[in-house]
Amino acid sequence: MSTKQKDASIPTLPVGALISRWIGRNLIRIYMFFAFTYLFIPVAYTFAFSFNDSGKSNLVWKGFTFDNWTNPCGAPQVCSALGNSIKIGLLATIFSTILGTMIAFAIGRHAFKGRSASNLLIFLPMATPEIVLGASLLSLLLVFQISPGFWPTVIAHVVFCMSFVVVTVKARIASLDPRLEQAAMDLYANEFETFRRVTLPLVAPGIAAAALLAFSLSFDDFIITNFNSGTMTTFPKFVYVSAARGIPAQANVIGSAMFFLALALVIIGQVVSRKRKVS
Amino acid sequence: MKKISTPYLLLLPGFAFLFTFFILPIMNLAQTSTQTRIENGDTGQYEQTLRFANYFDAFIENREQFTRSFVYALIATLLALLISYPLAYALAFKAGKFKNILLVLVIAPFFTSFLLRTVAWKQILGEEGFVVPSLRTIGIISESTTLTSTSFAVIMGMTYNFLPFMTLPLYASIDRIDPRTLEASGDLYANGFTTFRRVTLPLSMPGVVAGTLLTFIPAAGDYVNAQILGSPNTKMIGNVIESRYFRVVDYPTAAALSFTLMAAILILVTLYIRKAGTEELV
Amino acid sequence: MADSANSARGDLKLTRITKSYGDFTAVDDLSLTIPEGSFFALLGPSGCGKTTTLRMIAGLEEPTVGSIHLGSTDITTTKPYQRPINTVFQNYALFPHLTIFENIAFGLRRRGLKDIDEAVNKVLNLVELPHLAQRKPTQLSGGQQQRIALARAIVNRPALLLLDEPLGALDLKLRRQMQIELKWIQKEVGLTFVHVTHDQEEAMTMADTIAVMNEGKIEQMGSPADLYDNPETAFVANFLGQSNLIKGSLVGTDGDSLVADLFGQKISLPRNRSHAVDSSIFAGIRPEKFRISLLQTPTSGNILSGGKIEDVSYIGVSTQYQVMMPWGQELMVFEQNDDGVAPFQIGDPVNISWEPVFTFALRGDEDAEAGTEVMPEDLDEE
Repeated sequence: MSTKQKDASIPTLPVGALISRWIGRNLIRIYMFFAFTYLFIPVAYTFAFSFNDSGKSNLVWKGFTFDNWTNPCGAPQVCSALGNSIKIGLLATIFSTILGTMIAFAIGRHAFKGRSASNLLIFLPMATPEIVLGASLLSLLLVFQISPGFWPTVIAHVVFCMSFVVVTVKARIASLDPRLEQAAMDLYANEFETFRRVTLPLVAPGIAAAALLAFSLSFDDFIITNFNSGTMTTFPKFVYVSAARGIPAQANVIGSAMFFLALALVIIGQVVSRKRKVS
Repeated sequence: MKKISTPYLLLLPGFAFLFTFFILPIMNLAQTSTQTRIENGDTGQYEQTLRFANYFDAFIENREQFTRSFVYALIATLLALLISYPLAYALAFKAGKFKNILLVLVIAPFFTSFLLRTVAWKQILGEEGFVVPSLRTIGIISESTTLTSTSFAVIMGMTYNFLPFMTLPLYASIDRIDPRTLEASGDLYANGFTTFRRVTLPLSMPGVVAGTLLTFIPAAGDYVNAQILGSPNTKMIGNVIESRYFRVVDYPTAAALSFTLMAAILILVTLYIRKAGTEELV
Repeated sequence: MADSANSARGDLKLTRITKSYGDFTAVDDLSLTIPEGSFFALLGPSGCGKTTTLRMIAGLEEPTVGSIHLGSTDITTTKPYQRPINTVFQNYALFPHLTIFENIAFGLRRRGLKDIDEAVNKVLNLVELPHLAQRKPTQLSGGQQQRIALARAIVNRPALLLLDEPLGALDLKLRRQMQIELKWIQKEVGLTFVHVTHDQEEAMTMADTIAVMNEGKIEQMGSPADLYDNPETAFVANFLGQSNLIKGSLVGTDGDSLVADLFGQKISLPRNRSHAVDSSIFAGIRPEKFRISLLQTPTSGNILSGGKIEDVSYIGVSTQYQVMMPWGQELMVFEQNDDGVAPFQIGDPVNISWEPVFTFALRGDEDAEAGTEVMPEDLDEE
């Protein structure tokens, strides 16, 4: 705090202006505070109740315990549902990323007849309500008398994830400077080597982002899965079914764990990319 | 310098997959929608009769749910827009060095399972949560009103769950605005509100369009929020379709309803896009 | 990848090259020979076709008609990676995901060579940046990136090194420095350099031979001095430096000189500097060759009288005058301030004189404004 005498010749703002300036600057911060609180309420709730000593029904707070965290597979079916979700997620991610990346390169790099029609075809699954996607595949299964289950679910997931992969990778391809590939060819790399040593490494972050997106879409999917999974349970389906009688706290544990894991991954990703720029 | 056949080869596997597991099923669904139940047959047995009246019947019978779905989806989309826009704006312009952290924090809540979040809202808004008792003590709501099993809860759930689909495109679009255009606007005698109306908003339109589409389309077909947070009085068309498949086994009606839903969405979306005037979406 | 094309050496010869994109002709029936070991500049405004020509030499575009030979090898249709030609791109095009060392080593590795370390380090020393070997391109300044792009090309000892406006993004001082360094490197390494630029000062500083291009064609080709002192078209006269072009007609001869009448005043010019096809000409004199004198001062050489000073601009090194002549044309004069501030002021009646040997004559049907205007497109990158 300065002990200098206030120089009376320096003009000061009137009080009204000072107040409105303070409001203007902080209004947005106040809004952000409320907005983030709103965003995090259910997350905080889920996290808090993962410590509830609830037994089977996690509706009322009974007491604090770490048991759920030390024994996350305690409730029946939780871990098998989780396992299914992860397996389906991985498979759907692999297939949709490969197929989607190929389509992205075709549309993003080449001018060919039917390009706008291809764009439209890719857009359609995103514009179709999930219930229609799920129901239509189910009706196909019924016609061929195939029972819904694990593989139909994987296939259904690949269908709707593919479009998102295409959009993500295409955006990355569009930002690629074509002169880099020309420079590679100028420096004696043929088409295949250019793709392998220049194009692919530079598109890779986009492909990684698309894969992550596909996995999270698949893991969290409920509606399409519900139509095509039959008796097989995924994690979201498990939560839905047990919502009526009370979700076991172990589900909260897993949900919270997924949250922290995803958060950690994103933060690590940010730190790595920042390090790469500075090193 | 590239072979002419390369793009077609690249497209082939993906498109073959999409054709088999997306186009064909939709065509099959269309085909199912005009069937009728076989007289004296078992449940689930139908014959193709090209009964287009299925559509008419299905729509009339369920027009209440149809209307409700679109109204709920519209309200939820508007609410999401109102909540997200200031958030996206703040992230783009006022976040400074915290931009990336805040962006992560906006997406982070949606790493928890969609169902866990919705069930959490059910319990937060329920009798045992803290919201209802507090509101009752303050006197905003009476002792007899509950928040769960209401359309309020359903719309709230929908708004919350589709928030990132609105926020991210909005943010991407607003972030692209050169802040110097806003300065120029002020330099040319526009006050804050006018600058927003005439510069910021029009420049952010692509994000608004993308966000509203990505929110409205899934919201119209959603049934999970209605199921968990609602009551039989808040049934949406998604619930009807689901029950026609799994409880009341009536595939033609279900198929007809699905197509009607899709058609309605496509019509609304096309009108909307034409009015908003954006070009490529993908 | 030992290809026969890859080991070609010799003069680069473009024969009747045309490149069209639909209706638009970027390069129009262009023929050109670039001698091995020279520093060659392709100079011209935006859109004149110089970059397109360069890209055809590199193999990144194919000519619509015509052929390209390197020595005795026809390389018209060979792929870029089969030609012993390397390019320094305008925006450097360094691979962002590779270190500087790997960027430079890229071409060597693709060719399957050994002893990569030695070659890379040698060229890093040549551009004086050995300490940056392990950095990434985004961590380098513009000037450093430019030198690495150069190193990446040079390390392959190509038959031809192509430079596509490589100094455009650098600030003035750095650009001047790089011009000198590039010239030195070219002499040191002994490669053929083909440099594309729209900056005529840059071309004149660096090149042994300049080809001035305009609208897909070569207007004139020669050494910087030839082009400057003896331009053959108005475009070259105006694009390279500045010129005063005065309309007139040839009226007689005087030994090795021609006599011309400019609005009633007679001057003489060397016969070998006239490119006229008939008696109507534009007489051309560079502004720095003019001398201004007050009416009573005795002068020699060609004299134009009746001038009046309209504008005086002091630029430190020189003073620029605009002198209005009786026939309504303003002539530009640059006077060196080698003996203090110039003595002339606006309104002074003056005579203009110059040594006849510095006069050149262009065809009378030329467009006297060709090459003078700075088009808005010139201000952007091509």
